[in-house]
Amino acid sequence: LPAMRGALVPAILIACGLAGCGRVWNDPYPAEDRGKNIYYSFFVERPRHFDPAQSYTSDEYDIIQQIYEPPFQYHYLKRPYQLDSATATEVPRPRYYDERGRELSDGADAARIAYSEYDIRIRRGIMYQPHPALARDGKGEALYLSLPESEIRSKYTLSDFPKTGTRELVADDYVYEIKRLAHPQLVSPIYGHMTDYIVGLKELGDRLKRDNDALVAEYQKRYGTSDPGRPWIDLRAYDLAGVKVLDRYTYRVRIKGKYPQFLYWLAMPFFAPIPWEADRFYSQRGMNDGRNLTLDSYPVGTGPYMLSQYDPNFRMTLDANPNFHDESYPAEGAPGDAEEGLLADAGKRVPFSERIVFTREKESIPLWNKFLQGYYDTAGIASDNFDQAVRVGVSGETALTPEMQQRGIRLVTAVESTTYYLAFNFNDPVVGAGKGDERSRVRARKLRQALSIAIDWEEFISIFQNGRGVAGMGPLPPGIFGYREDGGGYNPVVYDQVGGRPLRKPVAAAKKLLAEAGYPDGRDEKTGRPLVLYLDTTDRGPDSAAQLSWYRRQFAKIDVQLEIRATDWNRFQEKVRLGNTQMFFLGWHADYPDPENFMFLLYGPNGTQDGENKARYANPEFDRLFERMRNMESGPQRQTIIDQMVKIAREDAPWTWGFHPKTYALAHVWVRPGKPNVIARNTLKYARVDPVLRERKRDEWNRPVVWPLGLILAALLLASAPAYLSYRRRERMAARPAGVPA
Amino acid sequence: VIAYIVRRLLYVVPILILVNLFTFWLFFSVNTPDDMARLQLGVRRVSQEAVDKWKAEHGYDKPMLYNERVQGLQRLTDTIFFEKSVRLFVFDFGNADDGRSIRNAILTRMWPSLAVQLPVFVVGLAVYISFALLMAFFRATYIDFWGVILCVAMMSISSLFYIIIGQYLLSKVWNLVPISGYSSGPDSLKFLVLPVVIGALSGVGSGSRWYRTIFLEEMGKDYVRTARAKGLSETTVMFRHVLRNGMIPILTGAVVVIPTLFMGALILESFFGIPGLGSYTIDAIQAQDFSIVRSMVFLGAVLYIAGLLMTDISYTLVDPRVRLE
Repeated sequence: LPAMRGALVPAILIACGLAGCGRVWNDPYPAEDRGKNIYYSFFVERPRHFDPAQSYTSDEYDIIQQIYEPPFQYHYLKRPYQLDSATATEVPRPRYYDERGRELSDGADAARIAYSEYDIRIRRGIMYQPHPALARDGKGEALYLSLPESEIRSKYTLSDFPKTGTRELVADDYVYEIKRLAHPQLVSPIYGHMTDYIVGLKELGDRLKRDNDALVAEYQKRYGTSDPGRPWIDLRAYDLAGVKVLDRYTYRVRIKGKYPQFLYWLAMPFFAPIPWEADRFYSQRGMNDGRNLTLDSYPVGTGPYMLSQYDPNFRMTLDANPNFHDESYPAEGAPGDAEEGLLADAGKRVPFSERIVFTREKESIPLWNKFLQGYYDTAGIASDNFDQAVRVGVSGETALTPEMQQRGIRLVTAVESTTYYLAFNFNDPVVGAGKGDERSRVRARKLRQALSIAIDWEEFISIFQNGRGVAGMGPLPPGIFGYREDGGGYNPVVYDQVGGRPLRKPVAAAKKLLAEAGYPDGRDEKTGRPLVLYLDTTDRGPDSAAQLSWYRRQFAKIDVQLEIRATDWNRFQEKVRLGNTQMFFLGWHADYPDPENFMFLLYGPNGTQDGENKARYANPEFDRLFERMRNMESGPQRQTIIDQMVKIAREDAPWTWGFHPKTYALAHVWVRPGKPNVIARNTLKYARVDPVLRERKRDEWNRPVVWPLGLILAALLLASAPAYLSYRRRERMAARPAGVPA
Repeated sequence: VIAYIVRRLLYVVPILILVNLFTFWLFFSVNTPDDMARLQLGVRRVSQEAVDKWKAEHGYDKPMLYNERVQGLQRLTDTIFFEKSVRLFVFDFGNADDGRSIRNAILTRMWPSLAVQLPVFVVGLAVYISFALLMAFFRATYIDFWGVILCVAMMSISSLFYIIIGQYLLSKVWNLVPISGYSSGPDSLKFLVLPVVIGALSGVGSGSRWYRTIFLEEMGKDYVRTARAKGLSETTVMFRHVLRNGMIPILTGAVVVIPTLFMGALILESFFGIPGLGSYTIDAIQAQDFSIVRSMVFLGAVLYIAGLLMTDISYTLVDPRVRLE
């Protein structure tokens, strides 16, 4: 009986708890949200930074790019990716100046250009989201910028401030944010990079550090603490030589030399506006004291959405910004967009959804099942669920499984602007630049070429990526200017062109190169010792065994032995940074859609400890071409130079070119078709759902099945019956059975 | 009793210092402050200057345990270990390495953890005791035999299996409860049912077997024979005598875990999307956030010691023969 009682408890709890849940019992969202125009999404990693000066990960960008508005954005539909204005009136053309300050023509030689200037004019009348930092009283005095500490101690979230306010976006706000990149209390990941370009940023950083040290010392003395606090530095009082406000709506940025990619940086949150009031508001003592009332948690922006619920452990909610300026769905797109229905919303005001709900899902199983139940509008496909979602035909074509098709789910694919590569360390005498003489350089190059042929990335994609990827032909991924889709796109060092398609060269070709490299049959021709190479990787444990075994097999194809040195991410990173590796596997995702952002990974001067040329590849001709190419406008001349660079890189083979991953995303039938965008992350304003259809489908897919509960209960009762009967019999049994003498 | 408690509390200080030192040594033997900085700053375009700036900003620019550059006591106090540890003793956990308050996280996350763990504990205890009593009552019968086999089988199955099967059946196939998620207030019931059932069920095997052993040991004692000889019914013997006396070892195991219920469950919380402290700890380990890891280890140690103290006190309540001296 007690056991039965124990088993009944959960059943009773379920029955009682679910009695008020309506038609659907497993809905994870509040009942009052049913049928509303809400877009449901998810996040996996807990976001660390929402401060635009610090945030630099795609997970964080998925949220903050809906809130902050840099001056520019990428056009939603046009391809190749094209910059468009966001808050700016137009994308400016730079003006160039020489050392003496004389203006140069657009076509001036990059070597003569000492400075470039961008005048950015923003639109009038753009307003910030409602926020307490901007609240003012009837006399125009700020309500919450000089609060006593005791009052702050009674506030725990932004909603504890009863009043909110707004104001117009002005050029000063953009300048304020650029100065924040040098703020000593923030560690902006691009500060170092930007000091190479923005005139005066380094000097500003040094000055701010000195002043901050003094302020912190004063703070610690005043409050008798070792805590540095966050004393406010009013950045308006500091001059930044290269950034000036020209008028209320215009600001000028002066950068060193010519750097056309700078405009792409201006489309990232690093260059979004921050009102000084927000900085002042959050820096008041007590705001961050156990409350997380900081700009890093509660952003302030002019974008289509504003953060209304901040719970990085569980849920983030974005509500439509009531003050969002007029912005419409694009009226023109790329060829074919109209036919695919992507222009159906042309001219309509965005955002389309009144709310976006991001729920944290750390594990792939609940995430996938909730998508199938209709509780997420879109989802990716994890490897575990791939076979359930997608079928790959004999010739490699992919299609949704009948189950997915029956549900009306759509498959959207896109090749990411990412490259994963296996790099050779050029400091290594065997696979790198050789021992200094030309002969050993040539031998090492042939060895790299042989390995490039032997490592079959098509097979890797097929086995480990479920076919989701494109084998690399060079450093550039598809979608980036310079990548050739045509015949010139294949890598003749690794592939033969057969029937107009690239076909990986046979292993015999790799063996021939290996012999020419001085290792016939995988043995050193002088010593006779087998060639042993070392691959550093972070893949460890049983899950990685198949992949590591695959690597060994690829090397074994040409009789080369592979030793795998598996280590944790920290040690791996350190080894790569210090150059203590022979071969390693890495990846790079585009910051912006420009070939410079990939070619710089092979630029010789970047082969330092802190540089991004991790292979430490150096070729003077490649470097010379890179220096020309990086400052050019995209066009036929640039393409010619890129072709030359790619040819050099293919010959030198500092990487085996690996692969570019392909994303497979699923969208439910109630989500309007959208265009995948692997660069911009501010596209949720264009996302549109049909909440009525979604509700209908959810009801249809999630009808509760109650009978198994009854069955379980009956089974428990039945299993307990013999025990109960035995108990009764024993209780009724006489201590001395009848007939037995006392 | 008060003197005993004070003495026990004084023992706590060196234990906590050792726990802290051990955590510190363990953490920094696999991570360096540079690793932590690089992980926080991201892997792209990170210069050594930015790493140094991050370390200075977060107090990781000092020597670990001994500072040779200063004089006197400062050699020990002007170190990462001292600066990061001493505040813990007044429960000032400071900020995580991403700048967010740990105290705030603990205060908000302990409730979801408790919302799952407390019912798991209560329901679990009731089920384990009931099942153990049942097996003990029918000792040496087929019920006991199959009960023990069931317990061993349930002990052999990973808790992850219970989670996956539970989510598959109750949430996916039968659509009875949400597969994951959390909500505060009365709405939380639908999210808690499944994790509580699974949390309790996954412990049935080990819990019931342990309690069965305790009850069988009690049942072999003289006072039970005397009770039976007096003519008491088996039910009275079991519930009035065996259960009450068996409660002493049960208390040892149960009371000690009560304070640690706040700390949550690592896997359960991750799979059910419950924003509790277990999930927080896992995230911190993955993010190499030393500030959170040391705070959680410290808190866990304090709660465990508190549990042990509570166990000692509870002994005196259930067994008059035990005195705190």
